[in-house]
Parts: sequence; C-alpha cells; structure tokens
Amino acid sequence: MTSLPRPLTHLVNCQQPLSINEYQARGGYQGASKAIHDYSPQQVLKIVQDSGLKGRGGAGFPTGMKWSFVPMFEPGDENAPDNKYLVCNADEMEPGTFKDRLLLEGVPHQLVEAMIIAAYTIGANKAYIFLRGEYHLAARRLQQAIEEAYQEKWLGTDIQGSGYQLDLYLHTSAGRYICGEETALINALEGKRANPRAKPPFPQVSGLFGKPTIVNNVETLSNLPHILKNGVDWYLQLSPDSDAGTKIYGACGRVNSPGLWELPMGATIREVLYDHAGGLADGLKLKGLLPGGASTDFLLPEHLDTPMDYDSIAKAGSRLGTGGLIVLDDQNCPVAMVLNLLQFFAQESCGWCTPCRDGTPWAVEVLTRIERGQGSPEDLDTLARLCDFMWIGKTHCALAPGAVEPLKSALKYFHDEFEQHIDQGCCPYGHSAKGGH
Amino acid sequence: MQVIKTVTLDYRQYLTGEEIAAIEHEVSIMETREAAGIEALKLVQEHRGWVSDDSLLAISQLLDIPMAQLEGVATFYNLIYRQPVGRYVIHICNSISCHLTGYQDVLASIKEHLGIDYGQTTEDGLFTLLSNACLGGCDKSPVMMIGKEHYYQLTPEKAIAILNGLSQNVAVSQESAEALELEND
Repeated sequence: MTSLPRPLTHLVNCQQPLSINEYQARGGYQGASKAIHDYSPQQVLKIVQDSGLKGRGGAGFPTGMKWSFVPMFEPGDENAPDNKYLVCNADEMEPGTFKDRLLLEGVPHQLVEAMIIAAYTIGANKAYIFLRGEYHLAARRLQQAIEEAYQEKWLGTDIQGSGYQLDLYLHTSAGRYICGEETALINALEGKRANPRAKPPFPQVSGLFGKPTIVNNVETLSNLPHILKNGVDWYLQLSPDSDAGTKIYGACGRVNSPGLWELPMGATIREVLYDHAGGLADGLKLKGLLPGGASTDFLLPEHLDTPMDYDSIAKAGSRLGTGGLIVLDDQNCPVAMVLNLLQFFAQESCGWCTPCRDGTPWAVEVLTRIERGQGSPEDLDTLARLCDFMWIGKTHCALAPGAVEPLKSALKYFHDEFEQHIDQGCCPYGHSAKGGH
Repeated sequence: MQVIKTVTLDYRQYLTGEEIAAIEHEVSIMETREAAGIEALKLVQEHRGWVSDDSLLAISQLLDIPMAQLEGVATFYNLIYRQPVGRYVIHICNSISCHLTGYQDVLASIKEHLGIDYGQTTEDGLFTLLSNACLGGCDKSPVMMIGKEHYYQLTPEKAIAILNGLSQNVAVSQESAEALELEND
C-alpha cells in the first residue's frame, strides 16, 4: 500500500514545510521549468487536456477545457486585453472538507509552482491566491513561499530567464462560504459583496476586473507540476480508473481514524472508510454517508463498493464533490444531521435569489419542527416541494441545489426515521434538545 | 434668503499613518481602490478590535467607496465585526463534523461558564462568542478558533481550561491546553 505513488502529498510536511531550496532539491519547480522553457502555452494546454485532469473543487469540470475558453492573442494584437488573471480558489469551506488545507500548510511551494504553469498557459501576468480568512497558518506559510519564490526569480519579471513575467499575491478573505463559488469569489476579490454573477459572460472571457480569468481549486492546480514533470503517460497510469490521477480522499464523523489519504482515483468507498479510516468507532454501525462534502447526496452501506470517481458516484446517485466522506453512524439522528446541514446553507445563502434566501430557512423551520417531535405528515410534502423549488435552473447559483442534495436523498433513504419523529412526537435518538444553534 | 452651509469633515485623519500605509500597499496590489476595501476593513479591525462607524467613514473616504456600499460589504462578511467585541473572540465550529462528534456539549459548557449566548460579550470584556462555518479541522473535531489559534478535539473540560488559561492572560497553545486538561483530571 505504501508503494502507491502520492505525487501531491509525498512532500507534505505539516510541522515545517520545505523551503524553496529544499523543495527544489526534491525535484520541485522542474515542472514549471519545463513549461516555461520547453513548451509554448498551447503545448502545455494540450498536455493538460490529454492528462484528463478534472477540477477537484467539487464540480469535476475538465481543467484543460476550462482553460481553452480563455481567448489567446498573438503579440501586438490590438484586441488583446491589457491583462488576464489566474486565481487559486483556496476558500475551502465545504463542511467536512479539509484536503486543501493539507496542501496549503504542508507544501506551499507546490501551489506556487502550479500557479506559474497555469498562469503561463492562459497568458496571465497576475495571479491571486484567494485564501479563506480562518486559515491563518496557511496564510503565513504561503506568504513565506511567495517571498522565497520572488527571491529565487520564480516570480516577478523574466522568470528564470524565460522572458515570462508573473506577479503572485495572497489575498485573505473575510469569511462566507459563498466566496467559494467562482463568480462570487471574483466579486469578493473586487471588494464587493460576494453575490454570484449571472453567466454568461463566463469568467474565462470576462472575470476579474472584466478581464479573462481562470479560477482553479488548490488540489486541481497541485496536479500540474507532476503532469508537466513526468508526462501524460505517467499521469494516466497512476490510476486504473477511467478518471485520471490521484485524489485526496478524506473521512470524518465518528470513525476510528479520521484523516486524509491520497489514493489512485477510483478507490472504493469501502477502501477509504475501512482500510484507511479504520471503520466506525466502537459500538457504532454505518447508517449512511455523504461522499464529498455537505452538498452531495447521501449514499448507503449498499454503495460501499462504489469507486470514488466522478461517473461511478454519479451513477450511484450522488456526486464525488470534494471526495471527503462525512460518515453518519447509527446513533446519530439523520434528521438532526440534515437539519444541521440546512442550517449551514441557510446561514451561508447570500440572499440574492428568492428560492435560496427564503427556501433554505423554510426548510430549517420545518426540519426543526420534525426534529423536536412537533412535525406533521404534511411537513414531509412541504420539504419535497422545497426540494423542487430550490433545484437547478430555479436558483442563481449552485448553493441551494447543493442544499437540496442531502435533503432530498435523506427524505428518500431515511423516510422511516422522519416518520418516526412525527408519529412518536419526539426524536427517537433522544438528542433533539441539543440540536441546532 | 437663508444660506445653509455644509461642511464635509475629512475623516481620513482618523486613521493612523501605519493603517493608511498598509491600506495603500493593498491598493497597489489590487487594480482598483474599491478592491482594497475588504482588506482595509480587516486591517483597521486588526488594530482596533472592531470596525466602528468612524472607521467605516474614514475608509470610505480614503478609498473613495460610497459609505452605504462599504457598510453593505462590512456586514456581508462574518469575520468583520461591526460591534465592539471582547479581547478574545471565540468562533466555535457548528458544521457537520463537529455536530456528529458532539460540539453541542462543548458549546453548552462555554455558554454556561461565561454566562453569555451567541453574539454576546462577557461583562469583563474578555470574551465574545460567535459560531463559525466549518473550520476545516474535521479530522480533529470538535474545533474552535480564538483569535488566530485553532483548538482541536475539544471536550467541555478542555474548552473551559483553554478559556481559563486565556482569562489568566496566559497564551494557551494546543499543547498547554492538553497539559491544563490533565491537571484538571
């Protein structure tokens, strides 16, 4: 098991991350060097497209395709914008997700190197890391890494004699989950309220300050140095799965060894939960789980052998999301769990569109009633209708549909538990009084 | 005819030279003055603990952002405090992993120990209690953040030990919190 390649995490050191010299001595910055010295931006784009890399922030959109929408110009073209931007989305706030933090705190130079490659490819001369405000340790380490990279000429004008220029800045946020939505993030970077923007125009054409902009997740970007350094064939053989590369999987809840593991893409839920997280804590049984953060549908013990790749998890009725399992044991109340999730979404709704602003607190109200044993059978119909009102196409962004995913699947899989609350007039798990804020 | 004279006070002088320099540095990184607004609010808060109306007006004038717009921004983000807060602001994570591992007991003991609810500050001005969305410490939940420190694997006893340490003006690290907890056992 230990022989499996772990390109993204093998240099992670959370006590003391590698300095730029140590990182270079271990093969660091070779991917960026190849990109800027040996390849044209078009060639790097082709490599990333061929690698099959998909976005690790939750949506799973092919990274190369996303980049290909950025307009490219010949030198001297009068239609060329005066700037393009690369933004790293380090606003990790999906409940149950802590994978990016490992990369940010443990190997910050990998991200700096990755951003040089990505920015070079899309022709950006300015890049920002948008870091959530609570990650204070990551902020200090990233700032240190950026300063070292400037000193060693990996940032600034004429990087390593290539003629390519890139300035990289760290921006720390002031809170709110919605900043993780890429157009909301762009508004936040512009100093505005983080309401998502209407699309089109897509950020690739008109993003930050109205200029072509790519926003990529930390883990997505962190693949790039290794793809460039080792090549597409190497990357494709990392995993036997139809999806390429490795994935940082996680597990939390009442399991024996909660944590993070970089595994070949397509490891099964069972492998992550039992081989790595050590299974459920003493005396507890598996009731269900969310496979990739709060905004994914519940799966059941019968889904344990599902490979954790984008297509397989989708076929099982959920989404890979961030790949962080949130495990529900048989002594935690599923209704209380869904209530907690919906309280999160209601609190974090930006308030821009009515279905989300009014729908998420409405769901909280109904769920609170049911959890306290004061619900009626009609409440279940109300929740089902709310799931329709807040679904894709009826809201401004993906936040409310993300809230629907655990709610709708819980109504399906834990229907008996919801009915028990209503019939018995109390929470059968006996911890209703503590739930909520 | 009566002439009404209006005077616009220059509030920029309300900010210190150090604050203005830090804000102008942020402006140089961003493309517009407006884009430095959030960082400016954070910087002033870092120096003064919170963002008062005077601070807001000063930043608004310095960055040429309409006051109402900046207020909209300041109240949107949960890490900007528009009311005075205690010396230590407790952000307790109430998201799903902490829920599943029992943050409720930790929260109840903190509330009881300090005699305050969410959004309130203790009479001695030491502690303010707030909730926070997932702090990204789900493998070591329950979690809380006080200032820039994160505290993991909380129990009611450990949380109280941390607060006691802070109120005795002892900088409590994760390790010393564990030591304190052992002493209490």
